[in-house]
Amino acid sequence: MLEVKDLYSTVSGKTILNGVNLSIKPGEVHAIMGPNGSGKSTLSYTLAGKPNYIVDSGDILFEDQSIIEMLPETRAQLGIFLSFQHPLEIAGVRMDQFMRSAYNSIQKQNNNEELDVLKFNRLLKSKSEELNVDSDLIQRFVNHGFSGGERKKNEILQMAVLDPKLMILDEPDSGLDIDAVRSVADGINKLRSESKSTVIITHYQRILNYVIPDYVHIFMDGKIIQSGDKTLALQVEEKGYEIFN
Amino acid sequence: MTTKNSISESEFDDGTNVEVKDSIAKSYQYGFVTDIESETAPKGLNEDIIRFISNKKNEPDWLLEWRLKAYNHFLQLVENENIPEWANINHDPIDFQDMYYYSEPKPKKELQSLDEVDPELLATYEKLGIPIAEQKKLAGVAVDAIFDSVSIATTFKEELSKYGVVFCPLSEAVQKYPDLVQKYMGSVVPYSDNFYSALNSAVFSEGSFCYIPKGVRCPFELTTYFRINTQETGQFERTLIIAEDDSYVSYLEGCSAPMFDTNQLHAAVVELVTLNNAEIKYSTIQNWYPGDENGKGGIYNFVTKRGRCIGDNSKISWTQVETGSAITWKYPSVILQGDNSVGEFYSVALTKGHQQADTGTKMIHLGNNTRSTIISKTISADKGVGTYRGLVRINPKAENAWNFTQCDSLLIGDQCAAHTAPYVEVKNNTSHLEHEAFTSKVSEDQLFYCNQRGISSEDAHSLIINGFCKEVFTQLPLEFAVEATRLLEANLEGAVG
Repeated sequence: MLEVKDLYSTVSGKTILNGVNLSIKPGEVHAIMGPNGSGKSTLSYTLAGKPNYIVDSGDILFEDQSIIEMLPETRAQLGIFLSFQHPLEIAGVRMDQFMRSAYNSIQKQNNNEELDVLKFNRLLKSKSEELNVDSDLIQRFVNHGFSGGERKKNEILQMAVLDPKLMILDEPDSGLDIDAVRSVADGINKLRSESKSTVIITHYQRILNYVIPDYVHIFMDGKIIQSGDKTLALQVEEKGYEIFN
Repeated sequence: MTTKNSISESEFDDGTNVEVKDSIAKSYQYGFVTDIESETAPKGLNEDIIRFISNKKNEPDWLLEWRLKAYNHFLQLVENENIPEWANINHDPIDFQDMYYYSEPKPKKELQSLDEVDPELLATYEKLGIPIAEQKKLAGVAVDAIFDSVSIATTFKEELSKYGVVFCPLSEAVQKYPDLVQKYMGSVVPYSDNFYSALNSAVFSEGSFCYIPKGVRCPFELTTYFRINTQETGQFERTLIIAEDDSYVSYLEGCSAPMFDTNQLHAAVVELVTLNNAEIKYSTIQNWYPGDENGKGGIYNFVTKRGRCIGDNSKISWTQVETGSAITWKYPSVILQGDNSVGEFYSVALTKGHQQADTGTKMIHLGNNTRSTIISKTISADKGVGTYRGLVRINPKAENAWNFTQCDSLLIGDQCAAHTAPYVEVKNNTSHLEHEAFTSKVSEDQLFYCNQRGISSEDAHSLIINGFCKEVFTQLPLEFAVEATRLLEANLEGAVG
């Protein structure tokens, strides 16, 4: 599904990624753990193609195709979804309009049927019921006045509606109380499947109690320094990141 | 009329007038003898020109006198260097002597097919989704008989006359309905109101007149598009709309197609009057030429628009989408004189390139239980400068008056500017006022968020901008709302990214 090959990238002239290698197969869940400032979010933005996140060398292959020259919307249309650590507010644009616009852009690009308002609202309703998302949320402006928990749940709802192949979740648990963490984790688990891959970026292992990863990678100084199974996350919890220095 | 229930555009004046360089009075010495047969009066402004215009229009004496009074007032303003400079706009001094004040409307050169039209203009029409037949009409191409707008217009006129609705050029109304014109013209915007209203009153040559008789709900929207024989919009237009008791009319002005004009200065006056239980809804789309990429050559649009709710329970509603002109100076206002009368102002003003807009409204509450709503959306992109300027005045006798004001700004890019200048004067303690305002910026992060969901930057912009303007667009008649949406999208294409 995803091959990251010796990836170096810079943001405003500063090198952040220092040779990242990562290989993810369909159906797998990978956790990337690292301390603050280690470059985890830069990795997620580079994968998603945020402008100003410049790839200096290396490559990113998605389904065997290099994506580093692609616009972020093209990558999204191919099936890459990034759940933002800090989802953005868009005043004046209702969540349901926003999501329909996103959904139809992706459908159109893939030569699938675009949905009219009625059909789309039916889809949206069934997805929000599945994920226990309050239906008022989708009538409100995009993330406008949402609580931290609402924002994160909303990201999961968008992910469910857009049905991506690769789900990258940047700190899906940050700032959430335990009930909200559980509810976000339930959502992620519901969306897991044999054909989809998941990357969870986090610095606490808390959410990994609910979303069990196949692989855990320790990310420091812009690269993966150690990989293992879920027990690696427990070591971090116990001893901190210092043991890897 | 007492000063209490009148207002003037110069009320925004904060006394910062500075030196005015050119003097109009000076060139009076060049007075000329008018050749009544000529179609275009020579350049310059003087009493002879005004007599010439009035004579051409075969106007009654009272109107000529009124024009001359306006002219003398204008001269005084010029002599006293009383040219308004309080607005947040910058331009070189206007040379009022270097202008034509009268020219007979000439038929545009008719082209044989769209192939002869500037392709760039056609591309713009395409973006705006204007039907081919209309494209032809706008570009001055001969139109097929079926789509002949004149015949449509004639049908409309016949239909209107069944209801007793009068909709005709102002000059025709002066001949046919002199009493109505004399009674109401200048009753809402006196010639002495401000610098540009004085100029307009002296030299106006065309405009629209609309009269809705008692109890009539005008069966369709009146558009200037259907007003035959004045295809060229005048430089000094004057519009007067009178809604008698229990009547209603929706009036649409302008269109989204880009309008070019050789006259740089436009100074229109629009007056609306509603009697008991009457309602006027006035919608404008303004897309005059904004100038080239260096800001050269755009239209200066100095407009005085005002309505007077004379009758109880009457209502005047202004909706405007302002995307054109190099300079927009415009404050569609309502004098809420009748008890329970309602005033509304909904505005989207877009400035991009080097455009400057200083626009807003005045709601003057005189009657009891009068209500006003102001929703202003200012969008600035490139080096555009947008200013909202609004006055809400509650007079002592306006018991239980109510106002809601919302003025929002959206910035696109980092070289543009948005300002708000709300003025509030409340002279009693039974009134209720609310004010909301926010400024937001289309940020790169917002765009990336949309992109990451599969939405292209262009679609993301239109999503955000339409969201921002929605409260105003919903006030427009449906067709106009679609045009307005496309217009904003077309205008912002390339301005953002």
